[in-house]
Amino acid sequence: MYSKLKTCVLQGLNGHIVEVETDLSKGLPVFNIVGLPDTAIKESKERVRSAIKNSGFEFPLNRITINLAPANLKKDGSQMDLSIAIGILAAAEVVQLMDNNLVFLGELSLDGMINPIIGALPMVISMREYGFDKFIIPYANKDECSIIDDVDIIPAVNLRQVCDFLNGNLTIESYKCKEYNVERFESELDFTDIKGQNGLKRAMQIAAAGSHNMLIVGPPGSGKTMSARRLPTILPSLSIEESIEVTKIYSIAGLLNDNRLIVQRPFRAPHHSASSVSIIGGGKIPKPGEVSLAHHGVLFFDELPEFQKNVLEVLRQPLEDGFVHISRANASLTYPSNFMFVASMNPCPCGNLGDPYHQCTCSQNSIEKYLNKISHPLLDRIDIHVDVLPVKYDDLNKDVKEISSLEIREIVEQSRQIQKRRNSSSSIVYNANLLNKDIRKICKLSKSAELLMAKAFEKYKFSARSYNKILKVARTIADLEQSEIIDDIHLSEAIRYRSLDKKYWR
Amino acid sequence: MRYGNREVLVWLNSIGINSDKIENLEEYYVDIKNILHTDRKELENLRFLNDKNIEKILSSNIEAVLNHLQNIITSQNINFLTKYDKEYPFKLEFISNKPSVLYYKGNLNLLDLDSIAIVGTRKPTIYGKWACEKFTKELIAYNLCIISGLAYGIDTIAHKTTIENNGCTIAVLGCGINKIYPKSNKKLYELIEDKGLIISEFPLDTEPLKFNFPQRNRIISGLSNAVFVIEAQRNSGSLITANHALDQGKDVFALPGNINSLFSEGTNSLIKDGAKLVQNVEDILIELENILHLEYNTKANKNHIELGETEQIICKVLEDGPLHVDLISLKSSLDINIVNSTLTILEIKGIVKEIASNIFAIC
Repeated sequence: MYSKLKTCVLQGLNGHIVEVETDLSKGLPVFNIVGLPDTAIKESKERVRSAIKNSGFEFPLNRITINLAPANLKKDGSQMDLSIAIGILAAAEVVQLMDNNLVFLGELSLDGMINPIIGALPMVISMREYGFDKFIIPYANKDECSIIDDVDIIPAVNLRQVCDFLNGNLTIESYKCKEYNVERFESELDFTDIKGQNGLKRAMQIAAAGSHNMLIVGPPGSGKTMSARRLPTILPSLSIEESIEVTKIYSIAGLLNDNRLIVQRPFRAPHHSASSVSIIGGGKIPKPGEVSLAHHGVLFFDELPEFQKNVLEVLRQPLEDGFVHISRANASLTYPSNFMFVASMNPCPCGNLGDPYHQCTCSQNSIEKYLNKISHPLLDRIDIHVDVLPVKYDDLNKDVKEISSLEIREIVEQSRQIQKRRNSSSSIVYNANLLNKDIRKICKLSKSAELLMAKAFEKYKFSARSYNKILKVARTIADLEQSEIIDDIHLSEAIRYRSLDKKYWR
Repeated sequence: MRYGNREVLVWLNSIGINSDKIENLEEYYVDIKNILHTDRKELENLRFLNDKNIEKILSSNIEAVLNHLQNIITSQNINFLTKYDKEYPFKLEFISNKPSVLYYKGNLNLLDLDSIAIVGTRKPTIYGKWACEKFTKELIAYNLCIISGLAYGIDTIAHKTTIENNGCTIAVLGCGINKIYPKSNKKLYELIEDKGLIISEFPLDTEPLKFNFPQRNRIISGLSNAVFVIEAQRNSGSLITANHALDQGKDVFALPGNINSLFSEGTNSLIKDGAKLVQNVEDILIELENILHLEYNTKANKNHIELGETEQIICKVLEDGPLHVDLISLKSSLDINIVNSTLTILEIKGIVKEIASNIFAIC
C-alpha cells in the first residue's frame, strides 16, 4: 500500500524534482501531508478528496500519509494536486504506475477536471534537464509546453482520463505543436504616423539596432510617448530561444495569455505610481517584476521624474547586470532582466522649457529639483540621449514621405545579424551589452576617427564611462551602414547622442 | 570724536539705513557725525525715518557694529568705498540717490573702462541666448567692459561669455556681497571676483530680497555708458534699468524680437518708445563712437578654418539664424545622420554652437 511518483516545484525559473510518496495504512481515517507544503498544497486535501470521489472512485478509508521529498525543500503551487490524487489511487491499487519517468503536473477542481497551472513551461524545461521525457499536464497548458519538441507532452482533461491512460485503457497521443511560427503580430502602430522628428527616428533606429538604452527629453506633444510605443514595431522578432525564455518568465508570473508561446518582444510600460517591488519583483516567494517581464524586450518609463526616486535607483543593478537577484526570507532567486530601457521626460515640471511656442512657468529652483530626481549613475547607464522639440507642421514639407516601421526594421535586423555574427563566440550579442574589456577589440576606430575622438574629449570633457558609451553607439552606427571599422562620420554622430547630460544636468 | 564720516556712513549702511535716507540725514545734520549725539525726540521729528530706523539708530552700538564688520571684511577679502572717498566711481557721482557705501571684491580699476550694461530676462529664449552671446563677444572685441547683475539668464550668459573670452566684466549684486545668489552661479562669482569686479551697495549678509533688485539696477545703468536690453517681458526688471539709464542720460539699446514672443514684449516697446534698435554691433558702436574712443581688438579676430563640402552647406543654412537639426536636415536636403555628424565636427572646430536642445547656431 505504497506508491511513489514525480512532480515538480519551481524556485524562480528553476524547477526541482519532488517525489510524492503515499502510504496507506490501517487506522483511523486521516489525511496528512508532510514535507514543508505551503497553504495551497495543504488545501489540496479537500480538492483531491472531492475530485477522487466525483471521478467515480472510492476515497480510501485509511490513514493516508503523503510525503513530499526532499523534505527540506519548501514547496508551493497547486500543480501537486494531480500527483497526490494519483499517488493515493496508486497506493489503493486503483491505478498501476508502470512508468517511473512520468511527471505529473496539474491542479484539480472538485469535479475531477484538471485546471491549468502557473509555470508549466519552466517546469517541463527543467525536468527535461533532469532526464524526464514524459509529462502529464493540464490540457490548457498544452500549447505552451509543446514548444519543447523532444519530450512527450500528454494533455489530460480530467482525473478519470489520467487513470484510464495509466491503466492502458485509453491512449492519449502526445501533443505536438505546429511548426514554430515566427509570424509577426501586425501592429496597427507605425512610424509613418509620426510626422517629422527625423532626429528622434534615427536615434530610435540606432537604439533598436544595438539594444541601447535611451532617454527622450522634450516638451509635451513632441511625440515622445508616441514614438516609444512604436518601438516594438521596429524590433526584430524573438528567436526561438529568446521566445522560450520570455515565455518561461510569463508562465511563472501567471501572465501567459491563452497559454501560448510568446513571439512578440515584450513592451512593458508601468505607470509611474509603480512601487520598487513591482518593478524588481518580490513577494513572499518572489515573483518576477517588470524588469524581468521586459526581458528581451523594452521597458518604457513615461515621465521618468514622476517615478519615485527609490524605484529609479533599483533599476541600476538590472540595467548593469542583465539579471536581478531578489532575496526574501523564504527564498532568494535570480531572474533574468536583459531589457532595453527607454524613458521619456519633460525638460521641466511644466514641460515647456526650450519650447519656442510656449512659455515655461517654472522657477529655476523647481527645474533643478525636477531634474535632480534622476541621478547621475542612472543617466550614466543610458547610452543614447535625445532631445526633441515639437516641430511645427508648417515648417515641414507636407509631401515628405515618412519612413515606415518595416523599412527601419529591415535595417535594424540586418545590423543585429552583423552583431550576432561578430559576437557568436560569446554570450553577449548586442553592442549595448559589450563588456569593457571587449570594447577596444570590437570597436576599432579608423585613424582619423581616433584623432576626432581626442579632439572631442578635449571639447566636451567626457568621462571614461561616456567614452565607452560613445564607442558602443558608434559601433552600432557603423553596423547600420555595414562598415567594418568605425569612421569619423559614425563617431561624430554618436557624440551627438551624448551631449545632453551636459546641457540639463551640470 | 574717534569716528570719521566714513565710519559713520558704513555704520548707518550696516544697520539698514538706505542711501536715500542717509542723504536726507546729511542734509539735516550737515556733518553726518552729529547723528552720534542725537536723541529720540530729535529723530522722531525727522519725517523720513520710520520707527524701525529710529530704534536701530538709538539701540545700535557703533563700535560693536564696526568691529564686527571689520572682522568679516578682513576674513572674506572684501573692501568698501564710501562717497567721501577719492576712489568713489566718478560715474556714480551724478546719479540721483547715489549709493553712500559700496562693498566690492576684485579689480577696482575696471570702473574706469568704457562699459556697456547687458541686461535681460532670467529665462531667455533660444534667440535671446544666441543674441546675448553673439553681441557680448562682439562688444568685448572693442574692449568694452560688460556690466550686468549676476542673475539667472541673460546676466549669467553675459558674464560667462565675457570671462570665457577674456573680457572685463563687473557684476552688481542685489544682495550682500558675501551672499552668492543664485547659488548655481558660485563658480562664476569666483571667476568674476578673480578676473573682474563685484559690487554691492547692500550691507553684508543681506538676503536676496525682491525689492532690492530694482534698486541695484540704478547702479548698473549708472556705471555703464549705455544699456543694452536683450530680452525683457512686459514687467521685467530690465526695463527699470533702461528707465534709470534714460534718467541718467545714457543711451538705451534694445534687441528687436518676434511680436508674438512674450520675452520680446518689453524690448519691442522700448524700441517703440525711442530706444535704438540693434541689428548688428555697428548699431551700438556708431552711437558710442561720439563719446568713447573704441578700438577694435584684433586679438579676438578668428582664424579662417578650412571647411568640407557638407560643412559648408550646413554653415550656409545656419547663416539665416539658429535652427533645429530636423530643419537643418530638411533645408540642406542632407540625411539626418550626416547632419548630426557634421554638426559635431563643426562644434569641435568651434564654428557652430548648440544653443539649446538640438538647436544650432553659428557662433
